[in-house]
Amino acid sequence: MTDRVPGFSTLAVHAGAQPDPTTGARATPIYQTTSFVFNDADHAASLFGLQAFGNIYTRIGNPTNAVLEERVAALEGGTAALAVASGHAAQLVVLQQLMRPGDEIIAARKLYGGSINQFTHAFKAFGWNVAWADPDDIASFERAVTPHTKAIFIESIANPSGSITDIEAIAAVARKAGVPLIVDNTLASPYLIKPIDHGADIVVHSLTKFLGGHGNSLGGIIVDAGTFDWAKDNKYPVLSEPRPEYHGIKLQETFGNFAFAIACRVLGLRDLGPALSPFNAFMILTGIETLPLRMQKHCDNAKAVAEFLSGHAKVSAVNYAGLPGDKYNNLQRKYAPKGAGAVFTFSLKGGYEAGVNLVSNLKLFSHLANVGDTRSLVIHPASTTHSQLDDDAKVKSGAAPDVVRLSIGIEDKEDLFADLDQALNA
Amino acid sequence: MNHDAYDDDYIRSILNGVKSIAMVGASPVNVRPSYFAFKYLAQRGYDMIPVNPGHVGKALMGKPFVASLADIDRPIDMIDIFRNSSHIMPVVEEALRLSPPPKVIWMQLGARDDAAAEKAEAAGLKVVMNRCPKIEYGRLSSEISWMGVNSRTLSSKRAPVPTQGMRLSLNRTSFGGGQTAASDRAAKNRTETT
Ligand SMILES: Cc1ncc(COP(=O)(O)O)c(C=O)c1O
Repeated sequence: MTDRVPGFSTLAVHAGAQPDPTTGARATPIYQTTSFVFNDADHAASLFGLQAFGNIYTRIGNPTNAVLEERVAALEGGTAALAVASGHAAQLVVLQQLMRPGDEIIAARKLYGGSINQFTHAFKAFGWNVAWADPDDIASFERAVTPHTKAIFIESIANPSGSITDIEAIAAVARKAGVPLIVDNTLASPYLIKPIDHGADIVVHSLTKFLGGHGNSLGGIIVDAGTFDWAKDNKYPVLSEPRPEYHGIKLQETFGNFAFAIACRVLGLRDLGPALSPFNAFMILTGIETLPLRMQKHCDNAKAVAEFLSGHAKVSAVNYAGLPGDKYNNLQRKYAPKGAGAVFTFSLKGGYEAGVNLVSNLKLFSHLANVGDTRSLVIHPASTTHSQLDDDAKVKSGAAPDVVRLSIGIEDKEDLFADLDQALNA
Repeated sequence: MNHDAYDDDYIRSILNGVKSIAMVGASPVNVRPSYFAFKYLAQRGYDMIPVNPGHVGKALMGKPFVASLADIDRPIDMIDIFRNSSHIMPVVEEALRLSPPPKVIWMQLGARDDAAAEKAEAAGLKVVMNRCPKIEYGRLSSEISWMGVNSRTLSSKRAPVPTQGMRLSLNRTSFGGGQTAASDRAAKNRTETT
């Protein structure tokens, strides 16, 4: 038997899924159950002691979710993955394994507004401190490194600005500092960018967006690249030291290159509890089967809309990395040659007022706080997702008062032009 | 033989081919990786022999410990070495003195001794280093997929329901040549710098 490497689209349909052992069902069944019977007392003990592979309780793992996990791990080129209830839960569970009170994380200033809130307020309350750095100034990451730094966190394509991050340059900083690089790959999806190929050690997603793709299910996932040596400097005792919760098991020693994913499952998910519903896992899996088709259409439509807006009299600027001459066009051609994604911002000559008016006059675009739906979406970040930030932070995160964010869907592009045109002229 | 990454076919032929496995450094302590692997492989139908001079007189899953490879009363197909890299060579030398010699030397996750590997290969043995046979078996059978692990295999055939003592099919279609490129690259860089 020869080993051949299936393409991305084949993995998107097949990875992790095989016909059901008992019924032969070809689509992945929804195992809508809280718990799983043990064969006998020894089997139960083996499962609880992490000695055997198998299912115990859906907070820790579920067969439907496992298919989703393996599929995303395969698409990202990681060793293993763990599905959780939301993108935010993924971020929480990852950092719980790495951070102790007084530790620091360096995060890109250009992040989803909700992540900025999570890091600034919720994580601060755990004693996890964040140092912000500018992804357009790699030296700012280097300067932020201290002996307490435990990780670096960036978005591959930043929300809301759609800017492209130089992952390899920041991975080099992380390697030098001896800390893992965590990349939120939500806006790119592995179809456009595979951060592990560029040096990421951990990838997280909000599955709520392009992977699910239909705006119907919340979900998140953590992918372990299997690249980081957790035992090296004893900086990550959760992975290198005996775990009292499991009678002294050492996770890296036992699970090797997927120990981080196991830690997230058996410590993070087990103890914090943000489990993904198997029903949502099923919906997201179905979405992933068409990810390559949808993502290409999203990108092609987004580029056409960006070009249309660039020529519009009411528009002062369009920030889409896919446009020649855009500040991020070189990075886009290096990291995401198939397309610059579907999320971008543009600025209105009429400022804040015009932004508020535009969203209320659009008829096809939906005004809501999400991205990565089949439908085209619009939001005015300064008055919504980023309204909690002060003006300076709004500008730095790409959400200035005159900025409108679009997430372009997979409709016919002419209908999107027409809707934007009537709303801009209203 | 490239020991930085193995083709799935190589691992598959070993796990499909061997029947008896002597585990050097097997521990009766039920949180040690060797205990996990011993139990798992026994449950998947391999004839397991625990080797550890410190535990002679005790048994692991009903199998009595022996002090050394020379004390085993039957031919063994594979020696699974659960010792640090620095303790590999004497075990390999002892294995090569057995008659008949084993067919496979397997070194646990984290253990690698290229000189010992060369010696065994020169004598016609197959060698695997820095891998866990439990993880590899679980991966190639996709049993490990319950844990969200990327098995790097695909199958459109109905999966069996594994039961006690049952050997699982390892003959799924592999992808990525049995490697997770980034992870294997990182492991290689690590061995080169240490
Ligand atoms: C880039 C990015 N990361 C994380 C999240 C959070 O994901 P969730 O809403 O699934 O918790 C979002 C949500 O908008 C996002 O856009």
